[in-house]
Amino acid sequence: MLEYTDKIRGIARKLLEEGTVDVFIGYKKGSVPMMNEPLLINDPGKADLLYWDSHCGLNLCNYITKRTDRIGIVANGCNSRNIVTHIIENQIKREQLYIVGIPCTGMFDHRAVQRAVEGKEISEVREDGTTLTVMGNGFEKTLEKGDYLRSNCALCLHRNPVEQDEMIADKVEEQKGMDPFPEVGEIEKKSDQEKWEFFTELISPCIRCYACRNACPLCYCPTCFVDEAQPQWVGKSIDPTDTMTFHFLRAYHCAGRCTDCGACERVCPVDIPVRQFTSKLNKDAFEFFEWEAGIRSDQRPPLDVYKIDDYNDFIR
Amino acid sequence: MDDKIFSKEEWEKALEGLKDSHRIFVPVKEGDYHTFARLSEENRPDFDFQNTRLSPKSLILPQSERMFDYSLDEKSEEAHILKEATKESSPQVIVGLRPCDALAIQLVNINFDNPEYRDPWWVRGIESTTSVGLGCNEPCATCFCSSTGGGPFNEKGLDVLLYDLGDNFFVRSLSPKGESLLEKVQGGKSADGSAKEEAEKLSASALEKITSKVPTDQLRGKNVNALFDAPFWDEVAFSCINCGTCTYLCPTCWCFDIQDEVLGKEGDRLRNWDSCMFPLFTYHGSGHNPREKKVQRVRQRFMHKLKYYVDKYETGVACVGCGRCVQHCPVNIDIREVFELANGL
Repeated sequence: MLEYTDKIRGIARKLLEEGTVDVFIGYKKGSVPMMNEPLLINDPGKADLLYWDSHCGLNLCNYITKRTDRIGIVANGCNSRNIVTHIIENQIKREQLYIVGIPCTGMFDHRAVQRAVEGKEISEVREDGTTLTVMGNGFEKTLEKGDYLRSNCALCLHRNPVEQDEMIADKVEEQKGMDPFPEVGEIEKKSDQEKWEFFTELISPCIRCYACRNACPLCYCPTCFVDEAQPQWVGKSIDPTDTMTFHFLRAYHCAGRCTDCGACERVCPVDIPVRQFTSKLNKDAFEFFEWEAGIRSDQRPPLDVYKIDDYNDFIR
Repeated sequence: MDDKIFSKEEWEKALEGLKDSHRIFVPVKEGDYHTFARLSEENRPDFDFQNTRLSPKSLILPQSERMFDYSLDEKSEEAHILKEATKESSPQVIVGLRPCDALAIQLVNINFDNPEYRDPWWVRGIESTTSVGLGCNEPCATCFCSSTGGGPFNEKGLDVLLYDLGDNFFVRSLSPKGESLLEKVQGGKSADGSAKEEAEKLSASALEKITSKVPTDQLRGKNVNALFDAPFWDEVAFSCINCGTCTYLCPTCWCFDIQDEVLGKEGDRLRNWDSCMFPLFTYHGSGHNPREKKVQRVRQRFMHKLKYYVDKYETGVACVGCGRCVQHCPVNIDIREVFELANGL
């Protein structure tokens, strides 16, 4: 996906020069390996700062919430689905956006890459087609991208943007035929007690930094329930009950809205696989309502809609 | 006291021997990273790491700490009277903390123990702690401790310093506390001249391996308002998602919030780590928030470390160059770049 960089720069420069957009949002190359920084430019002269590779793991949709200017933005499959969700939820207007579509072949799991070199410090990585060469003091190792994809990318069913004004390249082939929720099945088999223990253990390292919440484009409430002071819904200590309350409620707020972009999991400073919460809700949304978030802009999300002829008795 | 040499096995045994009289905290591997945990049958020390993911500051300033408890039972004579909560203050030893983290505790100490204020629980924590550092043979590319008044084998804030010589630890006492600890330690032998030479060489070579250098002494003379109003803050803050990763991983961030938690008629007064990145941090009872915008919060964090602390205490920046925020910021805001921007103003 490296070849996208030049194209993104060219498009951004043109959009800004011609005044099609006021700002352009993309990534710039990070200061540490396997990390890129979200970037906003409004000067076409800065277009060369823009960058793209398989480490663009944040979700840029975070940065368009309630903006009032005209925005150019790069978007791969999941990011474009979040943009659609934002449009449905009135966080941005479609006509404000110029979406530069990125056909995506997935992002590297930086933790898996780190494990592949036994945790040794990586000083440089070089991406080349479908491989990543990882270098450090006294070692060099080449990894196949397919083996080191982030788990959400490995299970992704929408690699191509669902909404765009211009594509950066031809569409890539979509992945088919796999169970998109393999881990959920395993957890569903557990007894209530086992589930409780599983999730208690899962979040035990949590330091309540809220990186998972804040990296999520769905979390745009002016005041999050954990930050409410009157009434205070949840304690602020690292008491397991409060930490659990935060994680459960955060996940439920994402039901039927999550695009499984994986940003929450990417950013966790203590490596908690927080997608374990949202995956179950995505599975339920799919199985109960045949709903995948952010695919359609002409239909309300399932938890946001009432139909007089709803097939569920309880709501009629 | 003479420098000593312990084989690594001997050293681990020596720590076991201290377990009855001290609470021993060691770096333990948890998943893909290291963190400090109390030495036990399950928690085995692992000294093969560059730095722990979380700093050891929680061993002196816990993330959540019970300060007082109280009763709201009107029938009780002691209703509404705060009573100091019982706390563990028996001697503890932190083994294997990096020199940057030891220096960080010294920086935080300036805030919690000074002629104006003395935080009793912090002071008690410091008094009950013996710090056994582990020099850094292989500093990370993100380490810039030599720019912030430290170094991979810096001794400040440490009672004992370990040099990892491969199969052995070279053990040097640096304070009376360190001596008294080592007197209780079984095993080891006196280090000879060649071991000392090897240790010195290790220290010098580690210092050379620090490639990241950032001038941190240029902001002292700068006008605080000019820095506050600098145009680059918007750019620095754009990508910030206002999470607490930087503050909670930072060994020098000390801010806390006080909360009351009540169940029935019994209450606890707690203090919890807080983060200047959170909007709630400065949210007034009136509803006004002086740092309502993200850029104000981001600026505050850097201004505090790079400028306010420098001007207030005149002991240098409130950053030890451990690189945790650089490595783990979800959006790659790099404090070294902020230093550069501020220096260039």
